[in-house]
Amino acid sequence: MDYATLLQLLDTTIRLATPLLFACLAGLYSERAGIFDIGLEGKMLMAAMASASVAYLTGSVWMGVLAGIGASLILAGIHGIASITFRGNQLISGVALNFVASGITVLVAQRLFAQGGRTPPLEGDARFAPITLPFAAALRDVPVIGPLYYEVISGHPFLVYLGFLTVPLTWWVLYRTRFGLRLRAVGENPAAVDTAGISVVGLRFAAVAITGVLCGLAGAYMATALQAGFGREMTAGRGYIALAALIFAKWRPVAALWACLLFGFFQALALRPDVVEGVLQFKVPVTFLDALPYVLTVLVLAGFVGKAIPPRAGGEPYVKER
Amino acid sequence: MTLMKQFLGAAATLALTAGVAAADPAIIFDLGGKFDKSFNEAAFNGAEKWAKETGGTYKELEMQDEAQREQALRRLAEAGANPVVMTGFAFGDVLNKVAPDFPDTKFAIVDMVVDQPNVKSVVFNEHEGSYLVGMLAAMASKSGTVGFIGGMDIPLIRKFGCGYAQGVKAVNPDANVVLNMTGTTPAAWNDPVKGAELAKGQKAQGADVIYAAAGGTGVGVLQAAADEGILSIGVDSNQNYMHPGSVLTSMLKRVDNAVYEAFKEGTDLKAGINVMGLANDGVGYAMDENNASLVTAEMQAKVDEAAAKIKSGEIAVHDYMSDNTCPAATF
Repeated sequence: MDYATLLQLLDTTIRLATPLLFACLAGLYSERAGIFDIGLEGKMLMAAMASASVAYLTGSVWMGVLAGIGASLILAGIHGIASITFRGNQLISGVALNFVASGITVLVAQRLFAQGGRTPPLEGDARFAPITLPFAAALRDVPVIGPLYYEVISGHPFLVYLGFLTVPLTWWVLYRTRFGLRLRAVGENPAAVDTAGISVVGLRFAAVAITGVLCGLAGAYMATALQAGFGREMTAGRGYIALAALIFAKWRPVAALWACLLFGFFQALALRPDVVEGVLQFKVPVTFLDALPYVLTVLVLAGFVGKAIPPRAGGEPYVKER
Repeated sequence: MTLMKQFLGAAATLALTAGVAAADPAIIFDLGGKFDKSFNEAAFNGAEKWAKETGGTYKELEMQDEAQREQALRRLAEAGANPVVMTGFAFGDVLNKVAPDFPDTKFAIVDMVVDQPNVKSVVFNEHEGSYLVGMLAAMASKSGTVGFIGGMDIPLIRKFGCGYAQGVKAVNPDANVVLNMTGTTPAAWNDPVKGAELAKGQKAQGADVIYAAAGGTGVGVLQAAADEGILSIGVDSNQNYMHPGSVLTSMLKRVDNAVYEAFKEGTDLKAGINVMGLANDGVGYAMDENNASLVTAEMQAKVDEAAAKIKSGEIAVHDYMSDNTCPAATF
């Protein structure tokens, strides 16, 4: 494998890791606050449909992104009401919302555009254009670093950079702000937070809302940047891979970045069986590469690679003592 | 009680006659969906053409998941639809099981051979059409590397890829054909994101013409090719209009004709195997105003010459499904 191929692989990795990263961080906020969210997939799908539809109808990708976030927030709100207010089972609520999203996206898109649940292809301003970072062209000829900067780091749509900036931001919010401390506390020991006179319900709703916004960005990225439009079930299980990445990263933001990049790299490798064969000198089934993220997650869960301990109050609705 | 019996009897007779009178044909679309802009959409167009010409109505059903196949088939047959047309090889096993239970109903299946007395099997010589677009790809390519992106990895799709590779090699024996399959499950027919990434990967390997035989996944391939400034080749339906100036041509597979014919024959549908190839206009390549600037008269003349030779038997395009090997490519 030569350097150019490696750069191309890394470029694909970044493109494919971005939706995972948004969804993974989304899950991180929710789960750190004690609300398991298996409905990341559904929220992404909903956001993808809403953003593609609105971007097509208004011709503005920014309106599309807002609509995507809005649609995702609606689902997040329902999940919140079901699992926080009414103390329902968080897993069941999440699964149900996934089904709802899977059906309603096709229904709405079909009603709007009558193209079999697909939105028409987006063009021009209805889609994110790649951003060329400053000096990319000038530095291109600098050995090693130049092509890396030009091929891999520069030339992505805005949302990719936003996704990567969200990582340090999340770290700062979680570990350096009062809100973050409370958020982590409410996922570990909500009774203690309650005793301190802070609203458990309020904090959890705030976390679920952040999850909604980030899933909205993940879906909008898929429909308006990675692809030019929405297609049925276009998220193709990325919400679940993001959950796997979250466990792999043991619910920590910076580790989540590396986990998403690793899983994105596996997906990129699965697209280039010729490279894998060239390096290993034997043929690896593509299905094996596709399954790797799940295999790794199982290994982590089984305790082979450190121990993944979820937030202690995760999955438990909070009941105030009386 | 007798009154009741009479009523019931009358109702039953009514229902029966109604069933006979409303022997509408029916069509079942496979998982790619009716509007996949490709295979299923071609079938839909054929059905629509029949409806427009005869003023008749037809029943239709879109598959949502694998488990529905048998149920969908039985439901339509029980509802009195005749003939029942289905698109896609995946119906093969199910139809084999269901067809004997409805001896009076005629079935037609596209892309698969089902040996039953009331089933018409329509298969296409996709390798011939793919050979022609492969020639066009090789002539349009500047880099000498062309790509192929299949949907689900099944012998039928390999047949497309194999015919394509043979066409490419016929024009340029030194050409490099990059082959990729999207997946091994039916979801591979509907994953435009992966299709687009595969296309970008093939471009990185030097491909400047990419042929997508992947149903809805092809939408992503064509989009990525247009974004990256390279050429693509559509499949099944004429997809030239999707990105004018970027889609070199489309390998036409006249599924629309197959469905139209089956509907027209109606209850007199003739059972047996029906092979649609170049000779009877079952396959071909698409030319229209959207790709006129991409295909020169010279290129067209060369392809038409090859088409004539295939029809006459002078050129024999190897069919992957005949022996599961391909002389021009390895999968």
